[in-house]
Amino acid sequence: MPGKLKAKIVAGRHLPVMDRASDLTDAFVEVKFGNTTFKTDVYPKSLNPQWNSEWFKFEVDDEDLQDEPLQITVLDHDTYSANDAIGKVYIDIDPLLCTEAASIISGWFPIYDTIHGIRGEINVLVKVELFNDLNRFRQSSCGVKFFCTTSIPRGYRAATVHGFLEELVVNEDPEYQWIDRIRTPRASNEARQRLISLMSGELQRKIGLKVLEMGGNAVVGYLQCFDLEGESGLVVRAIGTACSLEKLSSGSILNTHTHPNTAPASNACNSPSKDGKEPVFGEDLPSSSGPPTPFRALPTSSSPPPPFSPSKPCSRQSSSSDTDLSLTPKTGMGSGGSAGKEAGPLKTLLRQQTQTALEQREFPFFTLTSFPPAFLLHVGGVVNARSVKLLDRIHNPALGNTRSYKLLDWNSVTADEPETRDAWWEEIRQEIKSHAKALGCHAVVGYSESTSICEEVCILSASGTAAILNPRYMREGCLDIGSTDHRFEEPSPPTCGFCHIPYDELNMPFPAQLTYCYHCRRQKVPDVLFTTIDLPAEAAVTGKGCLIQARLCRLKKKAQGEVNATAISNLLPFMEYELHTQLMNKLKLRSMNALFGLRIQISVGENMLLGLASATGVYLTALPAPGGIQIAGKTPGDPSNEQHLLTIQKRINEATAKNKELYQINPPKLFALDPEVFCGTNMELTEEGVGSPIPEPRQRSRLFRSHSESSDEISELDLSHGKKDAFVLEIDDTDAVEDIHSLLTDANPPRGFYSCNTETMPGIYNWTSGIQMFTSVRILRLNNTNLTNQGLNKIFTDLCENLLKSFYFKLRSMIPCCLCHLNFTVAVPEEELIQVAVTAVAMTFDKDQTQEKLAEKLIPKGGSDTDEQLQFPMELCADSSTINSQPSSKISGVPESTNISSRAASVDYGSFADRCSTWLELLRLKAHTIRRGSVKTSRRTQSLAHSVSSLEHSSPLPDGRSRSLRSSRSFGGSTVTVVKMTPLSFLPGTRIIKYLGIINMFFIRETTSLREEGGVSGFLHSFIAEVFAMVRAHVAALGGNAVVSYSMQDCVLMENPNKNQAQCLINVSGDAVICVRESDQDSLASTTTIGHSCSSTTDVTT
Amino acid sequence: MSVELDVFVGNTTIMDEEVYQLWLDGYTVIDAVKVRREGGVLDECEANADVVLSDTMDQYRTFQMCERLLHSPPKLANQLLFQITPHRQTILIERYYAFDDAFVREVLGKKLSKGTKKDLDDISAKTTVTLKSCRRQFDNFKRVFKVVEELKGPLVENIRHHFLLSDKLAKDYAAIVFFANNRFETGKRKLQYLTFQDFAICAGQLINNWTVGAVGPDSFVDNMVEDMDVDLDKEFLQELKELKILITDKDLLDQHKSLVCTALRGKTKAFNEMEANFKNLSRGLVNIAAKLTNTKDVRDFFIDLVEKFIEPCRSDRWTAADMKLYLTHYTNSVHILDTFKHQVVWDRYMGVIKSCIFKMYHD
Repeated sequence: MPGKLKAKIVAGRHLPVMDRASDLTDAFVEVKFGNTTFKTDVYPKSLNPQWNSEWFKFEVDDEDLQDEPLQITVLDHDTYSANDAIGKVYIDIDPLLCTEAASIISGWFPIYDTIHGIRGEINVLVKVELFNDLNRFRQSSCGVKFFCTTSIPRGYRAATVHGFLEELVVNEDPEYQWIDRIRTPRASNEARQRLISLMSGELQRKIGLKVLEMGGNAVVGYLQCFDLEGESGLVVRAIGTACSLEKLSSGSILNTHTHPNTAPASNACNSPSKDGKEPVFGEDLPSSSGPPTPFRALPTSSSPPPPFSPSKPCSRQSSSSDTDLSLTPKTGMGSGGSAGKEAGPLKTLLRQQTQTALEQREFPFFTLTSFPPAFLLHVGGVVNARSVKLLDRIHNPALGNTRSYKLLDWNSVTADEPETRDAWWEEIRQEIKSHAKALGCHAVVGYSESTSICEEVCILSASGTAAILNPRYMREGCLDIGSTDHRFEEPSPPTCGFCHIPYDELNMPFPAQLTYCYHCRRQKVPDVLFTTIDLPAEAAVTGKGCLIQARLCRLKKKAQGEVNATAISNLLPFMEYELHTQLMNKLKLRSMNALFGLRIQISVGENMLLGLASATGVYLTALPAPGGIQIAGKTPGDPSNEQHLLTIQKRINEATAKNKELYQINPPKLFALDPEVFCGTNMELTEEGVGSPIPEPRQRSRLFRSHSESSDEISELDLSHGKKDAFVLEIDDTDAVEDIHSLLTDANPPRGFYSCNTETMPGIYNWTSGIQMFTSVRILRLNNTNLTNQGLNKIFTDLCENLLKSFYFKLRSMIPCCLCHLNFTVAVPEEELIQVAVTAVAMTFDKDQTQEKLAEKLIPKGGSDTDEQLQFPMELCADSSTINSQPSSKISGVPESTNISSRAASVDYGSFADRCSTWLELLRLKAHTIRRGSVKTSRRTQSLAHSVSSLEHSSPLPDGRSRSLRSSRSFGGSTVTVVKMTPLSFLPGTRIIKYLGIINMFFIRETTSLREEGGVSGFLHSFIAEVFAMVRAHVAALGGNAVVSYSMQDCVLMENPNKNQAQCLINVSGDAVICVRESDQDSLASTTTIGHSCSSTTDVTT
Repeated sequence: MSVELDVFVGNTTIMDEEVYQLWLDGYTVIDAVKVRREGGVLDECEANADVVLSDTMDQYRTFQMCERLLHSPPKLANQLLFQITPHRQTILIERYYAFDDAFVREVLGKKLSKGTKKDLDDISAKTTVTLKSCRRQFDNFKRVFKVVEELKGPLVENIRHHFLLSDKLAKDYAAIVFFANNRFETGKRKLQYLTFQDFAICAGQLINNWTVGAVGPDSFVDNMVEDMDVDLDKEFLQELKELKILITDKDLLDQHKSLVCTALRGKTKAFNEMEANFKNLSRGLVNIAAKLTNTKDVRDFFIDLVEKFIEPCRSDRWTAADMKLYLTHYTNSVHILDTFKHQVVWDRYMGVIKSCIFKMYHD
């Protein structure tokens, strides 16, 4: 059933001169939707035409509304010859189809031409009237909300998380059609842009249908990618997480923004999780021989042999220290055994329960990376699968004959065709699922998929974090009937609960060293934890985090077809192993024990493979302190060698000490010392102190025993080093020397800078409103034909390090600041070329506040905008601080309250009474409020000094609409709304009041005058700037003032300098939002009573 | 191994003011890097040479892309390509339109034509301003000239409005346009001692008092007259001929002299020279006025002022205070002359002359 789409063309400006004789243009506009086209009149002789057209009306199916973009073409009228196209605007009208999103699109859009770039702007109005369609069998899915954000969007509550969504659409690539030989590059580019726009519209509609089937109303963590497979076609695929979201009333979202930063519960973590990575193949390790390979090159070609089976190494991140230490799996098992029993029954019960909920789903995967409190119970570790496929093996007869633009749905066409991409992904997902199972986990969170294509070889990768989730979220309507579940919930405080191992110690999937949680002392944790998710907000962290990268290049012979694929798949496990080792070493060097946001990318080129692993290292208070790195030589006794080793050892020790200081890693003394000595007393102290049940003597003794056991065993193995779990690096050949050197060459960020690849930096809580999102691309040409692996590694490492240095230098005016969400993407666009693209955001924070005590840590958050608050009368300030402090005090209250109540009462986040728990807490809230008010007053004067500079960060005004923004500009004539962009899900100092819909745009730019445009750099620089401009314009037209969760999925550059040509494709996505400054919201809310805000806080915690 | 491509694009365009200045000054990337390194930029943020080079190239590219917009500054505020804060936009524009005094002195009063543009290499060599920078400045002059040429209304206002310049800079541009339009001679050796600012202030005086627009909006039903601030008021120039009576009528001349001398006596050391030179000086000033109907003589206005008045006074070692005293009494005494009927014209003329001479009377 249909809807009515209405469009009106208002005016144009800054048009290019199309008529050389008059230096003017006779412009008119074609408005096209589906097969219907309307035209405006010609507006003669003007570069700023005022068409002011009638409303063009299109009556269309809602299915089309979802698939098709509105296509606006600006042309120059020519009486005697064909009209010249000036450029086009594609408008995705999807946001208008959802009642909660935008209601009108209105604004200036850049007129884009794939050859000339932006050529002027056009002002357009678009509206949709949608008729309700109750047809059960409809093909459209209007109304399903899409979010790129990989967490529950601010202002919403997840009633149910339904689960994994995936879909892909395949078509022939117009660039490779025969007609491309005779049409102009412009026509070909436009055909491609249009096709991809259609395909992603269709994909989104289909995903939406799946959501409706599951009973959800939204897709969160929506990730769409393109695979340009050349001759064999174009694949658009998407994954996401289906949810039922409920909008929170406006008052109740007060504190959602505080999200990532919760007060670090200083010594608050209580249970041990396990080391994050588990070498699943541990059992197979030949523990005797040398450094064991943690990977078993499983020919996973198990069932229906995939087109290319030998190539399926399923490698998983292995863990680690154990493996490398050549410990036998028994060590871990032995120590873990005792504790396992008590937790056993509970766990099993829990697992069974959740499993029933989850098992109905084929894939219990979640693309989310951060979760509502209490959602994530335990984290197992990273699971990871890759598969190498040959593209030319796929042949779809349907495609072969069709030369039309009709979209082909691979799924339907190929029902009887086993070789489909769906099947490939299915295989990989199955593998991931089984890995997760091996870790005792029933779900995979932080899940993502990617491909790397070179000629006909394609590497498919999937990775995620195995986890156990709270079953309450899995069942429909279960949030309210949750009480029965709670009995089975383990009373793990949120600060450490997720670290506790999900698997059974008696039956460990891989060798790991387990200890009792350094926070709660009740359950086991691994020594190291690797994950692909963001650091849970409630996790207890010591010190600050930092970006850790492992980089690797491997040469490979040029080859074709299967030989090539085999060569690649043989290399993969070794690359993963080395990347993992590098990560582990670098982690230890920084005295940290956990990685978050781990992303391992392997890119294939004709003659090399590139591997890049990025993650954010942190010291989780719940996990044991990492031991140092110990250097050992293969041939002890050689004096010169010894000397050399000593020097290296010294350097490593110095670096470690320096890093500790730099990242402020000072774990609470009691825990840092050898647990054998202090464990007993310590435990008593903590446990009695918080008044929680004292463990039975039996348990305690076991505790002792296990500790001593494990340490005994280790000390046997590790004769050279007194420390418990020192990490031994053997220097037995030049490679190892290189490795160590590269370990030490990684520079730390300069003073005033921090960097991470997660949403926010662990340990920084006081963001101010200054942000700068940027994209940087660098391509290196290797002229040296006979490079070694080492040489390549060095070049690649330098490339990444220099990029980081460049960022620090460019952003130095923002100090103190943190580069967040540093997302590196590597590619080998051609032989001898290495491309690295980075998108990240630099955010300023308030340094002075970092020293403040825990309770006040969050104050600067609310106060971060003090300079902006200046515009409000004093009384308002005072009031606003009252409200504002709510979130901070609430959150800082968490760790404390957990200690007191959560164990006994079990964490009942579902019920109101528990959450706002006691009067005590209320009182504390008030106390905070008062303190906070005074702090703020004092800051006000100091911020006067900054007020001038703060003008530059023009932040959104109260209602966030462009109208009001306009009035604030100093240039009278400007109609440009400031649009902030960030890869994060929030903007510091602001609150998102409305999500306007998803932005998903694909652009092609081509040039035949590369030199004139300033070479490839000039070409790409302006293209990226143009892409930003178009994203901003679309957001502004929707009425928004910011893009969150922005990402650049693809940036494919092809150049041919000899022909003076280049072509580039960029795909970006994000969520358009309206956000307001916190201070504004405060003043709005200042009338609300304490009681009200208290209850609203409650809602949020859910 | 070589860097094939290297770009950095911020959502808010990042611009370093120092690099912008180097770019404006026409430094090449390599030279700019050198200057920055010497300026100690390497000490910031543990930068190395590659980092500075890459940053400089990025910024240069950004500026080149912005340059098109800077040619019509109002576009900068409305364009969508670069997100630049208003504060930054102002800086960008102001600096782009800033010029070197040394350079402007060379082209002041010249026709802003292709011919002059060809001489820019000589000017560049002479002034040590890089050729690139000379071209930018010259093109700026020409662009502003072309735009305001066809506009109605007050000159300074028009410049400020169409180029979003500060008041000060808009006035300077008004002076440049005014000089270029009237082709005042400023290049002669005798005028070399004058700075651009001297001329700019004189131009301001001329614009405010001697042009069509100067008479004030009251006298025009609609004050939107083309070139009202650029062309001198022809009627006024005609009227100036009437002043000749001050030197041709012997009585009037003597009367004027005695009035001035009475007033000056005992007030200055240069009294004797003043008395002796009175007739010469008066003849000089009045003759300048009488000749201004000829375009050629308008061009020589400043050189005439120097030759006919400033040089004689300087050779008599008048101080600036002497000059002020003399001109004040010289102007005011005319009001007492009953037979002289052209007081209004006289005041309009002498008001400007006085200010110009005050400004120009220095070493």
